[in-house]
Amino acid sequence: MQNIPAASAGTHLGFAWGPGDILVYETLYKASGAIGSGCPCIHEVRKDEDIYSPILRKLFNESHHIFVGLQTIGEDLPSKNKKPQFVSISKNYRSVIRACMEELQQVAVSSKVADVATQYGNQVSILLAIELIWNLCEVLFIDAAPAGSLLLHLLDWVRLHKADVDEKAREVLQSESPAEHHDYWNVVVSYVLQGRLEEARQMLVKQATLQPAARSMYKLMDTLLSKMPFYNPGGTQTLTEFDVKWRHWHEEVDRCLQDNSFASNKHLEVICKILVGDEDTLLEHKDLLSTWYHFLVTRLLFCHPTVKPTELHYYAQSCLTMFLDSRSVPEPLDSILLAAFEFDIHQVIKDCSIALNNWWFVAHLTDLLDHCKLLQSHNLHFGSNLREFLLLEYASGLFTHHSLWQLAVDYFDHCPEFGRVYLELQIERVPLDTERKALKVLRICEQRQMSEQVRSICKIMAMRALRNNRLGSALSWSIRAKDAAFATLISEKFLQDYCARGTFSDLDLIDNLGPAMLLSDRLTFLGKYREFHKLYGEKRSGEAAKLLLSLMTAKIAPRSFWMTLLTDALPLLEQKEVIFSADQTHELMFCLEELTSLNTTAPGADGPMQDEDTELTKVELLRLALARNLARAIVKEGTVEA
Amino acid sequence: MFVARSIAADHKDLIHDVSYDFHGRRMATCSSDQSVKVWDKSENGEWHCTASWKTHSGSVWRVTWAHPEFGQVLASCSFDRTAAVWEEIVGESNDKQRGLSHWIKRTTLVDSRTSVTDVKFAPKHMGLMLTTCSADGVVRIYEAPDVMNLSQWSLQHEISCKLSCSCISWNPSSSRAHPPMFAVGSDDSNVTYGGKVQIYEYNENTRKYAKAETLMTVTDAVHDIAFAPNLGRSFHVLAIATKDVRIFKLVPMRKESTSTGPTKFEVQIVAQFDNHNSQVWRVSWNITSTLLASSGDDGCVRLWKANYMDNWKCTGILKGDGSPLSGSSGQPTAMSTVVGSSVHTSQNALNGMSAGRVGKRAPFAPPVRQLTSSKIYQHSAYY
Repeated sequence: MQNIPAASAGTHLGFAWGPGDILVYETLYKASGAIGSGCPCIHEVRKDEDIYSPILRKLFNESHHIFVGLQTIGEDLPSKNKKPQFVSISKNYRSVIRACMEELQQVAVSSKVADVATQYGNQVSILLAIELIWNLCEVLFIDAAPAGSLLLHLLDWVRLHKADVDEKAREVLQSESPAEHHDYWNVVVSYVLQGRLEEARQMLVKQATLQPAARSMYKLMDTLLSKMPFYNPGGTQTLTEFDVKWRHWHEEVDRCLQDNSFASNKHLEVICKILVGDEDTLLEHKDLLSTWYHFLVTRLLFCHPTVKPTELHYYAQSCLTMFLDSRSVPEPLDSILLAAFEFDIHQVIKDCSIALNNWWFVAHLTDLLDHCKLLQSHNLHFGSNLREFLLLEYASGLFTHHSLWQLAVDYFDHCPEFGRVYLELQIERVPLDTERKALKVLRICEQRQMSEQVRSICKIMAMRALRNNRLGSALSWSIRAKDAAFATLISEKFLQDYCARGTFSDLDLIDNLGPAMLLSDRLTFLGKYREFHKLYGEKRSGEAAKLLLSLMTAKIAPRSFWMTLLTDALPLLEQKEVIFSADQTHELMFCLEELTSLNTTAPGADGPMQDEDTELTKVELLRLALARNLARAIVKEGTVEA
Repeated sequence: MFVARSIAADHKDLIHDVSYDFHGRRMATCSSDQSVKVWDKSENGEWHCTASWKTHSGSVWRVTWAHPEFGQVLASCSFDRTAAVWEEIVGESNDKQRGLSHWIKRTTLVDSRTSVTDVKFAPKHMGLMLTTCSADGVVRIYEAPDVMNLSQWSLQHEISCKLSCSCISWNPSSSRAHPPMFAVGSDDSNVTYGGKVQIYEYNENTRKYAKAETLMTVTDAVHDIAFAPNLGRSFHVLAIATKDVRIFKLVPMRKESTSTGPTKFEVQIVAQFDNHNSQVWRVSWNITSTLLASSGDDGCVRLWKANYMDNWKCTGILKGDGSPLSGSSGQPTAMSTVVGSSVHTSQNALNGMSAGRVGKRAPFAPPVRQLTSSKIYQHSAYY
């Protein structure tokens, strides 16, 4: 729900879709008696602010690299061998999230503006939650650790996301007398809760030295802690062997508790109760556990270290209920984690889509899970569609940004069903602010054989150049667009320009037309006519004369331009040496007669014949020159033959 | 969602239409004050009015841009019974420096005897063609044969729809796949007159538009209509604003190769929403037709979205907060509070952990949990 300021009751909200926003304004659609009210304001409502965050940009950029790498991961490898690669890709994604989080955190802390700090702080909490969920999905779905290793991974997961113990420990250890610090026991217990027993023992030594009388009791606790078995997935020990060993240890701890070995020290007794997995004691330390999932992992550690993936959901549900007893409704994050523990991937993705305000997370996670073939096994029919649906949404969001859109292209490329049409629809709307940007967009379209978009972009650019009277640019864009009609139109303008000013602009372009010249007749003529000027300028009169004649006889030149061409022939006719042969001169005369007869039969035809007197003089001059040239040519040709 | 900025439109009366150009860098507004304004977006995203001129002698209902392949061209239609075509001319360079542009009227289309209620350019592959519809029930299709000379428009088709027309929409599908097709809606409220949405299709042989279909189930007044961009699908999707929002699928039925008549369609209703409670006035698709927006008598703009299994849901609501601001301010004071609250509702959703510890956050302390479960109105990432 978004409130728009200034729309009063009884009026309507008008709107218009923009590329990355929607414009909203107050209006009244009922035509009858519509009397204008007072707010002629238009509000630009944006959907996704994350895209404009400079720090999150890095997240988008770097995850794009990982995404592209994932798409090209050895298709030849059997999927079993890809698991380590998928896990490492998952870790890469997470480290990008972490890096962003750290940067945001720094900005949030250093910011002096409260609003900004809150905003960044909010983003940090979102990223934290995202990373927490991602990490759990990695453990459960991608790495899919079996019983034994599963708990170890979950412990790592909890330790990573409950790192405030370390800071507290540092504080305690840096104090003058750590053992007497008010947080001392909290730190010890926290260590135990996370299964960090080595660190707990080191802390306990400090207390033991202070209490020589209780030395044996501390010694006993130290032994219990040091003897607690942890499963070693790389070792030779089987899970059953480990289980037997762990049970022995557990019985030993239990015995100590029954013996009241620690009765005289309530702290050590608490630790002993934790080691034995006493639920009430654990729940008394809610403040140290702080979350139900920490509680879950601790409980598994000390009660069910060989928990199987399939049993997780049972413990998760019960831990959630036990931990949250005071609160009736679980938060979205709770439901998402619970769904993960239940191995309900679709529910995780669905809940994340609803709870989060951007598509980055669901799109990338779903894509990765899809590559792991996890979605297919769950739901064969919708698997690839879900991945594509989310990627399309994410990429469409990127496309609204003035530079991030380039990343989106790769995402669309990897959506087999609708990727291409989406790209076609989006890319033609990228603003072509500069020629450089237009070329960039064009290259992307050309690489993908998107011929209609290529044509349209060139056409737009050609039109824009023409409107701004940049004929050269307009011509080269319309050649790229293979737009014959437009090329004709622009060639016409070039020729008009020439007639008016006697010189050509954009010589470079016209001189290097090459085969592009064949796009339109008029363009061919423009190119050839310019070639004639070049030959003439280089004093290659014979070639120039031949070309000039062929422009008319081969009907390349438009009729309206013949008079100009014939006039161009005048200086060639008047040179000392004979350039036009007798045959050529005959042909020139024929052209002139054709032109004049045409003009008399159809008066007012187009062409530069406004002033009849000048035209008549010109024709007379031409006739004279042609006749003289014919005479000289006949004499010359006769002489050579003789 | 949040209000990024507000623009003081400075029209002296109701705004009736706002229209983005193809690339989203310009917009045009039209109003009961009989004028059209053109706005350009600067590098930093601010909107500047670069032209404002009186266009008609009545309320201007709609304004629309031609495809940029045809240059910078606008069309408007009005209560004054006319439609007009405007072209921007590249003016003196000092005008550009002052951030002004010149628009000149290329033509006035005066064929209608009643208010011209809608004006739309046809898809660009058909050339530069303009369609109008009017309260007298006639759809007119004009063509500019020479795109360099926009003062010449010829009336190519005149199609009588029998009912007062309120809106038209071209099917944006390419010519290769389908013959040109448009839908026209009528705001005649007499339900006994039957279907209020008609579909017309161009016939190559007769060179005329013929009625292909009437949506018989839509009997109430129709105020707006919009074909969705075709995503390479074999069917067409049409959104209709009537007493509710409706989305129809038009599936072309297999045609006898010898048949020369218009395509017949199987009409399926995909979704129907009465959340606006009463009349719906506008419907419009985003670029990729993943979102439909509608505006209704409840004073809201609602956003509709289908998930990947084609289930449609409301995914966002824009609502006036009933606190009119004094007209001139470009930066309404209400903005910050509105932004604040919306950011919170969407972001608190995933905040974790105990509420008391927000103040000092250790590096990567557990996420801060809000104990109240905040409601998410806006599922921007709807699945």
